[in-house]
Amino acid sequence: MSKPPKPAELLPGISYQPPAQGWMDLKPEFRPGTFCNAAQPKWMEWIGYPHVRSWKVTDDDWQLPPDWKETILEGLQDRLNRFRSLKLFFDICVRCGACADKCHFFLGTGDPKNMPVLRAELMRSVYRRYFKTAGRLLGEIAGARDLTEDVLKEWFYYLYQCTECRRCSLFCPYGIDMAEMTILGRELLSSVGINIEWTLASVAQCYDKGSHIGATPQAMKDMIDFFAEENERVTGIYTPVHYNRKGAEILFVAPSGDYFADPGTFTFMGYLLLFTYLDLDWTLSTYAGEGGNFGYFMSHEMGKRLNAKIYAEAKRLGVKWILGGECGHMWRIINQYMDTWNGPADFLEVPVSPITGTKFENAASTKMVHISEFTADLIHHGKLKLDPSRNAHIKLTFHDSCNTSRGMGIFEEPRYIIRNVVPEGNFVDMPPNTIRERTFCCGSGSGFNADEYLETRLRGGLPRANAVRHVHEKYGVNHLACICAIDRAVLPTLLNYWVPAVEVTGVSEMVGNALVFEGETERTTDLRDRPLLGFEEAEEGEEAE
Amino acid sequence: MDFCKRHFLVALVAVLGLVVVAYVGVKANLQVLFGVVAPYLAALLFIEGLIYRVFKWLRSPVPFRIPTTAGQHDSLPWIERTWEEKLDNPATTGHLVGRLALEVLAFRSLFRNLRSELLQDPDNPEGARLVHWSYKWLWLGAIAFHYAFLVVLLRHLRFFTEPVPGFVHLLDSADGFLQFFVPVVYISGLVLLAAATYLLARRLYNPALRYISLAADYFPLLLIITIAITGILMRYFYKTDIIAVKQLALGLVTFHPQVPPGISPLFYIHIFLVSVLFAYFPFSKLLHAPGVFLSPSRNLATNNRRVRHINPWNYPVKFHSYEEYEDRFREAMVEAEIPVEKMPPPEEEEEETPAPAAKAEKAPEEEEG
Repeated sequence: MSKPPKPAELLPGISYQPPAQGWMDLKPEFRPGTFCNAAQPKWMEWIGYPHVRSWKVTDDDWQLPPDWKETILEGLQDRLNRFRSLKLFFDICVRCGACADKCHFFLGTGDPKNMPVLRAELMRSVYRRYFKTAGRLLGEIAGARDLTEDVLKEWFYYLYQCTECRRCSLFCPYGIDMAEMTILGRELLSSVGINIEWTLASVAQCYDKGSHIGATPQAMKDMIDFFAEENERVTGIYTPVHYNRKGAEILFVAPSGDYFADPGTFTFMGYLLLFTYLDLDWTLSTYAGEGGNFGYFMSHEMGKRLNAKIYAEAKRLGVKWILGGECGHMWRIINQYMDTWNGPADFLEVPVSPITGTKFENAASTKMVHISEFTADLIHHGKLKLDPSRNAHIKLTFHDSCNTSRGMGIFEEPRYIIRNVVPEGNFVDMPPNTIRERTFCCGSGSGFNADEYLETRLRGGLPRANAVRHVHEKYGVNHLACICAIDRAVLPTLLNYWVPAVEVTGVSEMVGNALVFEGETERTTDLRDRPLLGFEEAEEGEEAE
Repeated sequence: MDFCKRHFLVALVAVLGLVVVAYVGVKANLQVLFGVVAPYLAALLFIEGLIYRVFKWLRSPVPFRIPTTAGQHDSLPWIERTWEEKLDNPATTGHLVGRLALEVLAFRSLFRNLRSELLQDPDNPEGARLVHWSYKWLWLGAIAFHYAFLVVLLRHLRFFTEPVPGFVHLLDSADGFLQFFVPVVYISGLVLLAAATYLLARRLYNPALRYISLAADYFPLLLIITIAITGILMRYFYKTDIIAVKQLALGLVTFHPQVPPGISPLFYIHIFLVSVLFAYFPFSKLLHAPGVFLSPSRNLATNNRRVRHINPWNYPVKFHSYEEYEDRFREAMVEAEIPVEKMPPPEEEEEETPAPAAKAEKAPEEEEG
C-alpha cells in the first residue's frame, strides 16, 4: 500500500485550474492510492457475475471479453429504455457548471474530470457518438467520441471516484444526478467483468452468509453477545439479545459495521441499552444480518438481491414491523428502493411504537422505521430518563450523511436526540453550507473503504474534514456524531489525518451514555470506558489500586 | 488548435455563416425563402421535434422514486417544517407542484449556488482552507436572460396580432418605462443582450467552464446574441419598413404568406436566425426547458415510504433463501443456540460444519456498513 502524502504536502498541491490539454485527450494515470483493486474471481463466481478472470488495474490489457464493446452499447441502449433518468440526464445538461465545485472529489483532487458535469460527459460523449445523429456525423465537434478501451478505463477510474452522494444533483438546475449515471455506468462495467475488490467481496460475503463482513451466524452472535457483556460491565445492566426469534414484534436490522469494529460497536451497545430500557419485544436476524447493501454499489439488480432478505426474513419470523439502525446508504435504499424492489410488505403492519403508541404513518407502506425517528418520538413523549451530564466530556458536532440527507431528509430527528442527550451548549453544527442537504460526503462512500484507495479517500474527505476543523478550532469540538456506519468506519481515519483529536460516534451511543436505568450501578465511565466529568480522579484511583 | 478554441470558433463561424447566407440570399432576391419558407419550416421542426423528443423520454419509465430531498422530511407530526422545507422535500402533490413551480419560475436550485475556494491561510498548519460562499451571479444571469427573452418574445406578438391584445401594449409600455431615446428603449432587449453576453463571457473567461464547454454551448448563445443585436440595430439605428414587416408577420400567422417590398436585409437575417434557433431547439441542450418538468429527481413527491412506487419492469431476482442458508449453517446455529426451522438429525451431530473464519477475508482495520 502506498503511503499518502502528509496534509501539508497534499493541500498546497490542489489546484482548480484545468490542464492545457483538452479532456478528450487526457488519459487517467493509475497511480497507487488513487484506484480500487480489481475484484478477485472467487467473489464473482459466488454471485454468478460474468466474465470471471484475474486481472489488475495497472495491467495494459484488462482481458476484456472479445465482444465487450457490443455488450456495453447494448447495455447502454437497454438502460436508456428502462431509465428515463438516464435518457433525460444525458440530453438536458447545459454545462452551466453549477455542479463543478460541489463535488468533494473535485475539491480534493482538482482533477477536472471530477467535476460532475465532466464526469457525466465521459459517458455522454459515448452516448452521442452511438445514439445521436449529430454525434455520429460530426464526432468530436459535437462532443462525441468512440468507445475505446481507454475510454472504458477512464469510466472505471472516474465512476469509482464518485460516491453517489448526490450533492451535484442538489445544485443542478435540472436535478441531473451523477449518482444515477454512476450506478448505471458501474452496471455496464460489471457486464464486461470490471468490478472492484472491496465492494464485490462484501457483496459476495453478504449474499452467502448474511453480512458484508462474512460473519457466520455463530460469529455474529458471538460479537453481539459480547456487547451485552460489555454493557453489563459498564452500566451494570444486562442487555439480552434475541436472534431469529419467531413471533417477536419488531425485527431490528443494523449495518454490520455496527457490530464489527469500533467505534460502530459502541453504537450497537447503545441500541441494546435502549431496547432493554424499553423492554422491547424485538429480534435480530443472522440471515438478514446486514442493513447495508454494497450490492447497490454494483448494480440495481445486486442491490435488490441482497435487500430481498429483509422482507423475506420479516415474513418468516412473523414480526409486525421493522426497525432500522443507523446507516446511510441502507436508508437511501429503504426509503427509495426497497418497497419498489421487494414489496409490497403487506404481511407487515403499519409500524406503531409499543411505548408511545405513535403510528409511523410516514412508513405506512415500507413498514420500516429509522432508529432516530423511533428514539426522537420516545424522547418527545418523555419516555426516556436521560442524564445529559454523562456526555459532558463530549463537545459534539453532527455530520449529515449524504444518503440520509439527499435521499431521505432526516435532519431534525438526530439533532433533536442529540440536544436531549448532551448538555446544553455541547452541541454545535458545522457551517451551514456544509451540513444538512448541503452536507459533504465522508469521501469513502459507495464501497470505497479499501486501504489501497486511501489517498483519494483522504482527498475526497477534505471538504468534510475542513468543516470539522473549523468547529474544532472555534468551539473545541472533540466528537463528531453521525447516523451512518460507513462514516463510523472511515471518518476516524479521515479525521485522524486532517483534524486529529476529533473522534467519531453514533447518535445511539450518545443515547446509551445518557440513558438512566433503575437499579443501575453508578456510572463513572462512558460506554468507551472513558471517565465521565468529575470521575477522572476516581478512575486514576482505581487504576492505582 | 486546442479543444476549447476549436469549439468556440466552430460555433462562431456557424453563426456568422448563417448571417452571410441570409444576407447573400436576400441580395439574390430569395426573400420568400428566408421570410416565409424558413419560418414555416422552423415552426414545423420546433413543434414536431419537441413532441417527438418529449415522447421519446416518456417512452422510458421511471423505475424508482429518486427525488433529491433538500429539506427535512415529513416524518413525525411534531417536527415543524418551514414552507421552504415543505417545498424542498415535498411529501404531497401540492408541495410538489410548489417545488416545480419554484424551480421553473425562480430557478430554485440555481439560487442555492455556492462557490467553493481554497484560500491561503497562514494560521492553518496546511497553509490553506476551503471556504464556501453564496454565489448568486449565475442565478442572476440566468434568470435575467430567461425572463428578458420571454418579455422580448411576448412583445413581438404585436407583429403577429391585429388588433394587438391589451397585455402586449401593457408590456410594451412597462418595458419602455425609462422613456429615453427615440424610439423608446426597451429594457428587455438590453437585459437580454447583457445577460447573454455575461453567460458567454463566463464560458470564455472561467477556466473550468471553458474546459467543459462545447460548440453546442457557444452556438445558441452566439445565435441569441446575434438575434438581439440585429433586433436592436433594426429598431434603433437602421430602421426598416415596420408596416411591411407587420404585413409579412400577419401573413405568416394567417397562412396567407406575402413578401411586401421595402424590408431591409437586416430583417431577413434576424428572422432567419430566429428560425434557426427554433429549428435547433428540439435537437439540442435547449431541451432543458421541457426536461426540467420530467426530471425524476425533481418531479416526484417524497412520499417514498408512505406509498409504494411501482417499477413496470421489476423482475424476480435470485437471492440466497433462508432455507439454503439454514441448510448450510444448521449445526453451528443449533450449537450457538440460534433457533432453526429444522433440527438436524441426531447422527449428523458429530460432523464438523465447514464454516470459514468470519473475519479472515478482510483487512481488520476498517469495515463497511
